[in-house]
Amino acid sequence: HGDVSAKFCSRRSADALRPLPPRLQSPDVFATDNRISIWSSGDLGNAGLNGEYHGEPRLLCDIQHNGDVMDMQTLSANHRWEKAHYHVDQDTSCGGAACTGVVCSNPEIVTVGEDGRINLFRADQKDAVRTIDNADSSTLHAVTFLRTTEILTVNSIGQLKIWDLRHQRNEPSQIFSLAGDRVPLHCVDRHPNQQHIVATGGQDGMLSIWDIRQGTMPVSLLNAHEAEMWEVHFHPSDPDHLFTCSEDGSLWHWDASTNVSEKPSFLHQGGRSTAYLSHSTINQSVVSAWLSNDPTKDRMEITNLIPNQTLSVNSLDVLGPCLVYGTDTEAIYVNRQLFA
Amino acid sequence: GPGRARAARAGRWVRRRAGRDAGRMGGAGPGAADEHRPVTVVPGAVPRRQLCFAWGPAEVLVCETLFGRAGTGEGAPSTSRVFVVRRDQDIYIQTLRKLFNESHGIFMGLQRSEEELAGKSRKAQLVQVSKNYRSVIRACMEDMHQAAISTRDPALQGQYSTQVSILSAMELIWNLCEILFVEAAAAGPLLLRLLDWVRLHVCDVDSMVREVLSSENPSKHKLFWNVVDIFVLQGRMDEARHLLSKEASANPTSMNMYKILDDLMKKMPVPSLGNTQTLTELELKWQHWHEECQRYLQDGTFASNPHMESICKILLGDEDAILEKKELMTTWYHFLVTRLLYSHPTVKPMELRFYAQSSMDLFLGGESSPEPLDMILMAAFEFEMHQVIKECSIVLSNWWFVAHLTDLLDHCKLLQSHNLYFGSNMREFLLLEYASGLFSHHSLWQLGVDYFDHCPQYGRVYLELHIERIPLSTEQKALKVLRICEQRQMHEQVRSICKIMAMKALRNNRLGSALSWSIRAKDAAFATLISDRFLKDYCERGCFSDLDLIDNLGPSMLLSDRLTFLGKYREFHRLYGEKRFPEAARLLLTLMTAHIAPCSFWMTLLTDALPLLEQKEVIFSAEQTYELMRCLEDLTSPNPGSAPFQDDDVETTKVEMLRLALARNLARVIVKEGTVEGS
Repeated sequence: HGDVSAKFCSRRSADALRPLPPRLQSPDVFATDNRISIWSSGDLGNAGLNGEYHGEPRLLCDIQHNGDVMDMQTLSANHRWEKAHYHVDQDTSCGGAACTGVVCSNPEIVTVGEDGRINLFRADQKDAVRTIDNADSSTLHAVTFLRTTEILTVNSIGQLKIWDLRHQRNEPSQIFSLAGDRVPLHCVDRHPNQQHIVATGGQDGMLSIWDIRQGTMPVSLLNAHEAEMWEVHFHPSDPDHLFTCSEDGSLWHWDASTNVSEKPSFLHQGGRSTAYLSHSTINQSVVSAWLSNDPTKDRMEITNLIPNQTLSVNSLDVLGPCLVYGTDTEAIYVNRQLFA
Repeated sequence: GPGRARAARAGRWVRRRAGRDAGRMGGAGPGAADEHRPVTVVPGAVPRRQLCFAWGPAEVLVCETLFGRAGTGEGAPSTSRVFVVRRDQDIYIQTLRKLFNESHGIFMGLQRSEEELAGKSRKAQLVQVSKNYRSVIRACMEDMHQAAISTRDPALQGQYSTQVSILSAMELIWNLCEILFVEAAAAGPLLLRLLDWVRLHVCDVDSMVREVLSSENPSKHKLFWNVVDIFVLQGRMDEARHLLSKEASANPTSMNMYKILDDLMKKMPVPSLGNTQTLTELELKWQHWHEECQRYLQDGTFASNPHMESICKILLGDEDAILEKKELMTTWYHFLVTRLLYSHPTVKPMELRFYAQSSMDLFLGGESSPEPLDMILMAAFEFEMHQVIKECSIVLSNWWFVAHLTDLLDHCKLLQSHNLYFGSNMREFLLLEYASGLFSHHSLWQLGVDYFDHCPQYGRVYLELHIERIPLSTEQKALKVLRICEQRQMHEQVRSICKIMAMKALRNNRLGSALSWSIRAKDAAFATLISDRFLKDYCERGCFSDLDLIDNLGPSMLLSDRLTFLGKYREFHRLYGEKRFPEAARLLLTLMTAHIAPCSFWMTLLTDALPLLEQKEVIFSAEQTYELMRCLEDLTSPNPGSAPFQDDDVETTKVEMLRLALARNLARVIVKEGTVEGS
């Protein structure tokens, strides 16, 4: 399993990481802090004997940025939208508010921030196409597209909201919330194929799976990390796999694929700590593994991918067999053989 | 490469640096008193103005005053600017951040490592930790070197090159400390380690060797004998013999001499790392070999070739012969090790100090005086650990080196825990200083937290003070800080930080965020404040703002009474909107009778009851109506405990209307309840 290469990049790397789409040979990676940088993580020309690449990620280019970078997306565009998020008054210097999340679906870009504002931009337009002021009375932590015209947001009072951008009214079309305490939600991701399945991560490290077709409460709550869960991602091509990373320094790989029982579960490659959670059923054709509630059937396998954890893992992303994550120890880690 | 930077260069650098950073920290040793104090010009400050200042944790705040310099008598209003003057620039050097981060990982590993391991395995573990630290220093040196070659800015290039020298010196010192203190090499292996040390650090042989070997005729190269000599001086016999064989094949007349010398060099007894021979055996063999060399020399075997003769003399440990090669060895400690190799290979650790002192004296020969690096190394040879640490503290510009080295030595149980005058021991003092320095950095402060955790006496206090002063520019940063405080049960700090964030949110009108922070801190008082704000907004505007928040309070409603009231009051409005009047009525009444509502709000509640009272259908029962009347009376009658009732026209009219409505309702309900119907 030791195919993780690391690089200390001398900056608090990765409040956000995103791979570029695979029109390039191998997934390249953004790493950020107060600079937005593009790194190359794999140059196949330098592959060793077994096709393993042992080099460190190489910096391709970067630019300076004022302030912490909280989130990134890739888009072919060349523009800055200044002062998109602010408190009270856009032009006072202390009036700026952090922009906490961005998502894009070419050519549209949606941002959310600590000011509870939702902005909709288009790549070719100078000003915001639409702004929903005071969309939320608390901080919006993350945003993602549900469908092409609908977005999902999560906020710091534990609510998941659906906004329909076609409607002109500034109200969410639906609000979901956790049953118990209003624990802030920090991240959200949608199942790549089954759009009614949404995963969120909370400040208490809990992973919640929601079925937004039914009810206003989560389908399952899984006790996961010991501190804030910063990011959650479904694997884009293999969505039975989910990845979460947390302030407690761990990065978990959740494997709900139903053929887990065929793997030699006790003979795992060395060093990983594994835990089992009985969760899903076999009925794979109709119901996704994430939604089923039968605890007696097949199990979900959860693995911590970080052997010696120290500081927080702030961000992760996954594409194909490649996983990349960044920590508060100012390092980026690339794992190119995720499913080996 | 940078790994073999000339130590002499490093030594010179270290002395210059000491001059610039005079007056560094308390506990400055004798050296610091001589250096002249540097003058720092604050860029942007008006030159003829007096400045005033205040100390901060890691910086000085300076601002201009009204007063001119003494003697000029000038004074005038100045621009109101505050300058922040910082000492430690190192934490802002990009490439050094890698050093701080990686060494943090090693430090943590060391603190957590198995203390139960005893004896050899523990020592091996500690040596490995030491090697890890050194490899981090070397990696950093590489990066710094790369940065120096690739930058085009000469000032930056100078800075990077300087850093490379410093790092090189640090590695040199650390390596020696590892050999003498951590590994505590015994007689025998001690010499081998010192030889490795010299080979790795002291002079730049590689380029010379490459030059000679790649030439067409190596033995005719002008540097040929230099290379052979340096190999011999460093005890690299095989390489020396290899080169000599080239000379021999090129010069058949000296074949005889060469064979003898080669043989002597091959046979030279050296200590071994394993236990294949005892020291006594080695000494015997060595004595025997030494005598053989002596015989050959005295016989004049090498008389015709001064180079070979000189080598033979070196093999015999002839100090003068060795000293002739001063330029090749470059430093007194190289001289020391060479001397030991050829005169006393079984040197014991405690004997080193005598050889060290005499080596330095002989080498410098009164021409130059020792530099700070020399003094540090000398202190190490004398096994004066405290002196080493003290000297390093003086010359180096930040605490990284001494903090980590001292911590390692402490783990080796080598430092007596003699207390410094203010109570904590040396290890803790240095770690505290180092970690405090980290806190002034916007991102490295997180590393500092872990260091404070491992300072048993004052770490917690320092952490409490520092962590409250971290600027909380974004919520995410605040969350990280909070998590750290919560994990350490620092409740005061949690409350304080949550209050700060909540106030900020409140001021920016982010009521939901403010509530979220109050919930995190379980701050009932603040939750009350927020609820009052909502209620105030409602009274002013007649409708609720942020319904998404109030409608979804959930169990957090119970955090404060006022918040509960807010939630319930909103529920009342919802019930009314859904035309569930009886339930709405019941709720409204409960709000007053159960004293959930604050007294100041009762009037509003009663006014809200009006439309219910005036519905066509009777909603309030007789019982409920009596209750309402009682509430109204409680409110309007001059009660010593309650607030004085407003006695103006609007209020009086309202009360009148209420009384009328209540009376009418009572009448209707009595009739209704008294009527014998199917109900």
